[in-house]
Order: sequence, then C-alpha cells, then structure tokens
Amino acid sequence: MNWPIQLRLGSALFGVFLLAALLSLVWTPYDVTELEIAAKLSAPSAAHWLGTDHLGRDMLSMLMAGARTSIAVALVAVGIGIALGVPLGLSAAANRGSFLDEIIMRGNDLIFAFPSLVIAILITAVFGPSALNAILAIGIFNIPVFARVARGAALTIWPREFILAARVAGKGKVLISTEHILPNIANLLVVQGTIQFSMGILAEAGLSYVGLGAQPPTPSWGRMLADAQTFFYGYPRLALLPGLAIVLTVLGLNLMGDGLRDLLDPRLRRAVR
Amino acid sequence: MIGIEKLSLTLSGIPVLRDVSLDIAAGRTLGLVGESGSGKSMTALSIMRLLPHGAQMRGKVHLEDRELNELSERQMCAVRGAEIGMIFQEPMTALNPVQTIGDQVAETLLVHGTASRSEARAIARERLARVGLVPERFPLDRYPHELSGGQRQRVCIALAIALRPKLLIADEPTTALDVTTQAQILDLIRELVREEEMACLFITHDLAVVSEMADEIAVMKAGAVVERAPTATLLREMRHPYTRALFDASRHQPERASAKSEAPLLEVRGAVRDYTLRRQRLFGPRPSFRAVDGVSFAVKRGESLGLVGESGCGKSTLTRAILGLEAFQGGEILLDGQPVSTRMPAELRRRMQVVFQDPYGSFNPRHRVARLLTEPFHLTGRPPDLKERIGEALENVGLASSDRDKFPHEFSGGQRQRIAIARALITRPELIILDEAVSALDVSIRAQIMDLLADLQGRFGLSYLFIAHDLTVVRAITDRVLVMQAGRIVEEGETQAVFSAPTDSYTRALLDAAPALPAA
Repeated sequence: MNWPIQLRLGSALFGVFLLAALLSLVWTPYDVTELEIAAKLSAPSAAHWLGTDHLGRDMLSMLMAGARTSIAVALVAVGIGIALGVPLGLSAAANRGSFLDEIIMRGNDLIFAFPSLVIAILITAVFGPSALNAILAIGIFNIPVFARVARGAALTIWPREFILAARVAGKGKVLISTEHILPNIANLLVVQGTIQFSMGILAEAGLSYVGLGAQPPTPSWGRMLADAQTFFYGYPRLALLPGLAIVLTVLGLNLMGDGLRDLLDPRLRRAVR
Repeated sequence: MIGIEKLSLTLSGIPVLRDVSLDIAAGRTLGLVGESGSGKSMTALSIMRLLPHGAQMRGKVHLEDRELNELSERQMCAVRGAEIGMIFQEPMTALNPVQTIGDQVAETLLVHGTASRSEARAIARERLARVGLVPERFPLDRYPHELSGGQRQRVCIALAIALRPKLLIADEPTTALDVTTQAQILDLIRELVREEEMACLFITHDLAVVSEMADEIAVMKAGAVVERAPTATLLREMRHPYTRALFDASRHQPERASAKSEAPLLEVRGAVRDYTLRRQRLFGPRPSFRAVDGVSFAVKRGESLGLVGESGCGKSTLTRAILGLEAFQGGEILLDGQPVSTRMPAELRRRMQVVFQDPYGSFNPRHRVARLLTEPFHLTGRPPDLKERIGEALENVGLASSDRDKFPHEFSGGQRQRIAIARALITRPELIILDEAVSALDVSIRAQIMDLLADLQGRFGLSYLFIAHDLTVVRAITDRVLVMQAGRIVEEGETQAVFSAPTDSYTRALLDAAPALPAA
C-alpha cells in the first residue's frame, strides 16, 4: 500500500505519543506522585532529562503519564460518539424524511446549538470534576458529529442499485444498514474519527486547564499548563513542554486524518472502478 | 478542414490509439463508431489536447493550415471553445448548476475576448434562440435545473457553437436522452452543421443514430480505425469483418422457443401510485403527483412482456410497486393469485427477482461473488447444497464456478450483467423483471446477453417483464408490449403488431423518432 506523506508523518508523530502513553502504563522514569521538593524547578540534566516542575516531579514522567490521560479520554469520547452517533445517523438515513429522522436530526441540532465547552463545564460542575465526567462531556458532543457524517454518507449509498437488489432479497433496513451501508461509509467515519480524536485531546486539555478534567495527582497536559502559568517568566519550559505535546499530537492526528482521506477516498485513488 | 494524421496515443505506456487518420470537410459529418474502450473519446480529446496525465501523443492534428499539435497550451486555450466546440453526453454535469444559462453562453464569448459584456449577452440570446430556446420562453436568467434534459443539451450546443467554431465534436450527445428528444437534438445538430458550415465529428456507439447522421463513417476497434467509407457505401459493403459483426449484433434477434401458456402469472389491476409533494405554503394542502395512474396488465407464464416509455413515465415506480418495495394507493397486484405488497411473505418474494441496468452499481463493491449471489437466500434460508447452487448459477449464465471468489470489479460490464442474472436466478424464481438490463451494454455484449436471456427462458420456463426505452431491443425479445406515457398504458398488443401498425399517436411518435438501421 502506498501511503500518502501526510499519513506517514502524522502516524509517526502520533505514534511517538501513543508509545509514550503505553509505556507509562508499565514504566515511567520517576513516580509521578512522588514529590521531590529539594529538586524543584531543576533544569534538564542527566537525572531529569526534561527537568522537574515546581513540586520537583519529573517532567518527562509527567508528560508520559499525561499522554495516557489525554489519549484515553479522547479515545473513549470518540468511542462514545461512534457507538451512539453512527447508529443514530444510519437509522435517520434509513428512514429519511420520517418522524424518526426529524427527531434525530433536530436532537442533533439541539446539541450543536450549545457551545461545547459550556456544556462540558456544566456537566463537570454538576457531577464533579473528574476524568470520567470529562469523557462523558466530550463524548456527548461527538454524537451529533458522527450522526451527521453517517447520515449524509448513507444517503448517498441508499439510492444505489445494490441496495435495491438487497431489498428485493427481502432484507430490512437494519440488515441493509449493517451489511451494505456501514462498510461503504466506514472510510469516512475513520477519517472523521481521527479528526474528532484530535479535538478530544484539545477539549480534555481545555477542561483540565480550568480544573474540570483529571484531578491531581493524575497528571494531565492541561493541568501541567495551568500549573506552569505562574512560573512562565522564570521557567517557560514548564509551559512549553506540555503545550508542545498538545500541538504535536493534534497536528499528527490531523495529518493522519488528511492522509487517510486521501488513501481511502476512491476518487483520489487511481484504481479500476 | 480538420485532419488527423497517424495519431498514436499511449496512457502510462499502454497504447490507446494506433495510427488513427481522419479528415472532415466543412459542412460534413464524420461518424465515429465503436464499442466502449475502442478509443473514440480519446480521439476527440486528442484533437482538443485535453488528455489525462501520463498521456503521450504522436502524429499530427491540423485545423485548416495550422498544426494543433505544435501549439503551446496557451495557444490551445484560444482554439478550444472558439475554433473547436464540444458537446458531451451528460447535459446536467456539463453545465454549471449555479450559473444562469445566459451567463454560461456569454462567458465563452467573454473568455475569448471577442465581445463586450453587453454584446456577449446579445449574442448569447441569439445563439440560444438558434438552438430553439427562444428568449420569450427561456429568458437568459434561467438556471440549468429549471430545464429538461433535452433543453439542457440545447444549452450545451449553444455553448459549443457560440463562437461559430470550425469543428464541432459531439461525444455521445443523445445517449442520455429519450428517443423523441434525441430525434430533435439530432435534427438540430444536422441543421447547424449544414447552415454554419462546420465540420462535425459525431461520436456514438449507436449504429442507427450514426447511419442517420453521418456523411461518412469510421469504425474503431481497439484504438485503430478498421474501416472508413461514405455512409451508404459502408452500410452496403461492410468490408471489415468487425464492421459486419457490429451491425449484425445490433440487428440481433435471439432465437426464442415460445412456450407461453395463457395462465397469468403476474396481474396488475388498476394500480395507482401517488406521491405527496412538499407543501407550497406553511399550512397549505400537500399537493400530490400521480406517477402511476390506473395501470392494468398481466404477464402470462413463459411470456416476455415489454414495457416501453420515456423517462418519467412511471416505469420505475411501477417496477418498484410490483417488486413489493413501495406501497401503492389503489388497485391490486397479484403474483400467481397472491397479493403483492411491501409486507408480502418471503416465499412470494422469492418467486420474483430483478436485474438492473447498471452493471457497476448493482453490486456492493466490497463483497465477493459468492456472497453477492447468495443474498437472495435471505428469503429462503441457505439451502444445504449452497456451494453447488452457486456453481450451478454461475455456469447457467456462462461463467465458471471458480469465479465465486472474485470481486465484482474484476469482471467486465457484460460479465457483471451475467452475475446479476445469476443472482436473480438463484432462488429459482418464476418472474424476472429486467429493468433496462441490456441498455448499458455494448452491442455485441448486448446480443450475447439477449441470447442468454432467451436461452434461460426456454430452459426454466421463466416469465420476463422487460422494461426498456430502446425499442429495437424490445422488438427483438418480447412477445407482447405495453407503451406507457404519463403514468398510463396507452397501447398494448402483440409486439410485431404494435411495431408495424401502432394505433396510439404517442406510440407512433415514439416509433417515428427512433433511429432505425437500414435493413440488412
């Protein structure tokens, strides 16, 4: 398979952070809950490759564990979006123009109408700040995105003759949607998935930054940014490192999305029809 | 006027055209015929130098005394549209949907800097009137979607002739149109060529059309011109065997063993299908549109019944109602005495299958042949001898049972249509609805598929409901024919009788409009 350059670059960028997150499950250079006040705010050295923060925690370990939080939150949130949004979109398309279609799509509009961060703040404010509630809040906003993409793409497949053939074979809407529609729109969903994934990482960082995401001592990139705020003039490294991690991960995912779209879109691929 | 000498073309190293030489004089029409992939359109695109990436062209193209192949891309831009005009097959996609027709015609004039804005509009109005879109009925501010297919094709022609080109290239200009519209467009092109003294390169796969249109015919096969002669001579002599094969195929009459009985298999009694449209006002009544209006007919066992009509006459709606895919509002449809509806039992559904027009669109591209074929078993449950049934179905339609593991894109159009027939046969149905099933195929493939259908009918005692807009095909393969117009059956009778002595005026118009090959 000939991968487009964006896909290779994006996968490489994101792969680094994904590996760091996976590695942090079993090993980090230092324990991130261990405070070493004596060594606080130390510059990068052989002992601490990226230095330590204001509480003497190892920055590299913090970044690795933070990657785990960010990626896990965004991944589960995208999962929620796909698991609920895609079936909703498919059933709206299967019953195009019906009452069900209206209900689903107007429900979508309703969620779209609220600024996502405000609702996320509301949810975490009501149910208390935690990584789990951040996941829920971000996930809910992924539902209409996937519902819309699934419905739009499915509507282009429904008038095709092979769908008519399946109906002649007596297949119902559910079976047609899962057997014929879903595989033919999967590529679009994958592309949308990577984009939502990157938005999820940004959203998680945003929520943690205002203190509504993962709670200490669980490290998170957004929290690290918030903590670094007061030290920015003296120790810009503290803010730059998690900031760079966020930027690179999101960039990597967006590049992956672009690359996947080029790879999976048959119109951009030169192949036999 | 225009000459092509020894034109050869390769696409990424694969030869597409070999030593094509043609010339057309002013006021004359050269018909370029051939089957898909023979290089007809590539010849036209080579003249325009609108070739895809990776194309390598050799040979000469000259327009009057200029060598087009020596011009730079910039100079070529000045030639395209001004000296060479082109009409395409699909009038909807050839027009910009968000621009008015007047602007589109005027734009051609403005791009070539031959007129000021107000002059361009005046010329656009005159050119549109020239192609039959008079400004009183078709003001310049109309949008393409407000016009019918034939009217859109007229706009495309107006665009192509806006600057009075020396050469007009028409690439399958009427393939997407109904026969009556086709006749009008052909008349228009013929008249324009004569009056405007243009040379015309007329590309088509339809031999009947080309024999009516062209002064001279060139037959293409696998990128080369195999025979070229004035139309009358070519039709009389047919020196190349391929030319003869092509003409024989389009006149092909499959041999049919008539085994029909008088017992009706499918009965349609007074079927009515209304569509409710959008409300015009917020609380206004919902207007409705009657697509099928009290249609009654019967298909007898072992019979082939043709259903003919132009697009929008309600054929497809009726087909979907018969297949039990859509509810209908009045009348009844009976298959072997049992009522057909959207909720009919699977056993009844099994007895009725369908083959569609598009051999590319009728399969899920992600499934293998075996899975595609067995889809109708959803109705009956999988039989224990599934593997044998798949092999048998493939062999019945002339394919190998080893084809079961391939994907649909590995087959040609004709082979795919065979797979579609195999899928329709697998549940051993009694009635097969052939919805334009041979319309998208090349003539030689079409002849083979028609033979196959005739053979299968004899072997399995099938009944066919053959829906088509192509009258020659219907004539060749059906016992009786129905003519449908605006949701009603306007004429019904034995095929030969209807074709030789039509009683309804619409049937007569259809038959008159259909281009016919001179008798062999």
